Amino acid sequence: MPVMTFIEAIRSALHDAMAADDRIMVLGEDVAVKGGVFLATEGLLARFGEHRVIDMPIAECGIVGAAIGASLHGLLPVAEIQFADYIYPAIDQILNEAARFRYRSNGDWSCPIVVRAPCGAGIHGALYHSQSVERLFISTPGIKVVMPSTPFDAKGLLIAAIHDPDPVIFFEHKQLYRLVRGDVPEGIYREPIGKAAVRRSGSDMSVFSYGLMVHHSLTAAEELAAEGIDVEVIDLRTLAPLDREAILSSVKKTGRALIVHEDVLTGGIGGEIAALIAEHAFEYLDAPVRRLASPDLFATPFADPLEEHFMLNPQKIAAAMRDLARY
Amino acid sequence: MVRHNDHAHGSAGASPALLTDSRLDAATLIDYYRQMVLIRRFEEKCQEMYTKAKIGGFLHLYVGEEATAVGAIAALRPEDHIFTHYRDHGHAIARGLDINALMAELFGKVTGCCKGLGGSMHFADVSKNFWGGYAIVGSHLPLAVGAALGMKMQRKDSVVMAFFGDGATNCGEFYESLNFAQLWKLPVVFVCENNLYAMGTPLEVHSSVTELYRKACAFGMTSERVDGNDVLAMREAALRAVEHARSGKGPVLLEAMTYRFRGHSAQDTQKYRTKEDIERHRRNDPITRFRTLLLNEGIATEQQLRDIDRMIDDQVEAAVRFADESPEPGPEWITQAGVYAAPIAVDPPIHGE
Ligand SMILES: Cc1ncc(C[n+]2csc(CCOP(=O)(O)OP(=O)(O)O)c2C)c(N)n1
Ligand SMILES: [Mg+2]
Repeated sequence: MPVMTFIEAIRSALHDAMAADDRIMVLGEDVAVKGGVFLATEGLLARFGEHRVIDMPIAECGIVGAAIGASLHGLLPVAEIQFADYIYPAIDQILNEAARFRYRSNGDWSCPIVVRAPCGAGIHGALYHSQSVERLFISTPGIKVVMPSTPFDAKGLLIAAIHDPDPVIFFEHKQLYRLVRGDVPEGIYREPIGKAAVRRSGSDMSVFSYGLMVHHSLTAAEELAAEGIDVEVIDLRTLAPLDREAILSSVKKTGRALIVHEDVLTGGIGGEIAALIAEHAFEYLDAPVRRLASPDLFATPFADPLEEHFMLNPQKIAAAMRDLARY
Repeated sequence: MVRHNDHAHGSAGASPALLTDSRLDAATLIDYYRQMVLIRRFEEKCQEMYTKAKIGGFLHLYVGEEATAVGAIAALRPEDHIFTHYRDHGHAIARGLDINALMAELFGKVTGCCKGLGGSMHFADVSKNFWGGYAIVGSHLPLAVGAALGMKMQRKDSVVMAFFGDGATNCGEFYESLNFAQLWKLPVVFVCENNLYAMGTPLEVHSSVTELYRKACAFGMTSERVDGNDVLAMREAALRAVEHARSGKGPVLLEAMTYRFRGHSAQDTQKYRTKEDIERHRRNDPITRFRTLLLNEGIATEQQLRDIDRMIDDQVEAAVRFADESPEPGPEWITQAGVYAAPIAVDPPIHGE
């Protein structure tokens, strides 16, 4: 099986899916000739032509709106938002329109679009090139929110998202693009949307995370293992709909829960998971549910030491794990 | 309503203003040269510092477009206001922001104009009515219009100038801004820097109309295309526009024809254009053109200009030293930055405290 980086897996998903199904099209800023700023769409134009790979004017509302409209007519559009920070102009189209097509038509209409958006901090992007914005999408019914952490999942989940009959927002952490490598099958395969994955099984506490933070949590878990604390790490993979069963069964086993995400604390998925556990697994808990998230400030500061200070890392996660284990 | 100079792009002759505009004395003209060279050297130094990893993140250089900022901002008074995009170094320098504070910002130091919180794309200095670079394309245009509304409501005779690229004219915000500004005859001058590309997408691929000044026609707004590589032509057009806006006649859209000599950002591989394209445009270098003009017209001597060049080299070196020697921000800067007028406890407490 070929070994790929995360970004290669995304590219491979687009190539293979488009080759297999000519309803699929890609649209976004600089996705065609340039192949995307992160080169996720490199080679698509040459292979599939300018009707299926379209360089769009800078107008995110228009890009997503066009994708929605095209999806009503049997196409499977994959819109790229160059950085998740630029998704705001498109939010009206996503939350007010894409999310509601099935509901407003009593189930007759579908809106099978995918909106891909690189997100996350750690590249000195400051105000508008660092954000995690998934919290803005998880509370609107009708939208699915996916965020893979491995190359294998990146490909399998993207292909699943493209063929999903409902709108999917697909977040890719920029730091993962070239950081992680892994086995990725050639050709088409799908990973299920709405299913979490156990990345490390353990008995002392459950850590729920997604995206880049899964890797940091795994590193921290190894550190804790050396100290005799056995941490289970669950990769949520999909934030909406949430895999409640996986969360509850893990926490019922370990009795302790820590949720780790790069998105800010308030309104992040951590609050929802904490509430879910409080409602359905309260009597299994040996300690209060803990959340570790970015502080409620804007994105990340530019300066090196500030960005480092702001961001979560394995040391901070390990410290939170120790705290929770000690309770 | 639309003024269009057919010879706008590439003309190299002496501007008529040189003879007729009494405000254009030799010292003023030479100062335009100084500003343009300062921007050029500053940008070249930025590239060098980026390569040396002294500057990180995103870096969009203004090399080749200097005459647009210098000419346009020359038409403003200190009490006028500026909003710009992420390619903001040139505007900041032309507005007279301290280059030590700019370089320090790029180095992420506490002495930076935004205390190291913003970096290249968000330069700001409210004491200069410079309201910042905005890195969401088009997002600052409604802000500029609102600022102009404020001027009008308060019966101030300040104007607002907003800079943005050709690519930004495709955003909804652009049209919303033009319409509202014209509807209310607001004192705002929109300066579109048409450098022929939005990132890697050429003008004719991203815009259905490539004479961008014509986009104002739909709103009945005065607009003009101008040679943005001719600092005097740019200044004259900006003076006309600013006068129009200040006198209550409403907004103006200026389309400044220019070209960026460097990539979109420091990481751009520029596959979308050839070396020959760039070389061809280099013959229209705004600084070379103006230098030649100053010499040919006997406004400055070769020696005078060389002295200025040297002085600027020293000034830019000094800015690098200043930035290098400035302290890095400590963690307290994050909490001090705050997000509300009345600070609230940040939850969770910043990690590690
Ligand atoms: C809303 C939004 N979409 C996309 C981007 C990414 N982006 C940054 S600059 C740019 C091109 C802008 O081109 P133009 O307006 O012509 O300005 P130039 O860079 O040429 O000065 C793009 C697409 C962004 N910053 N904001
Ligand atoms: Mg441009």
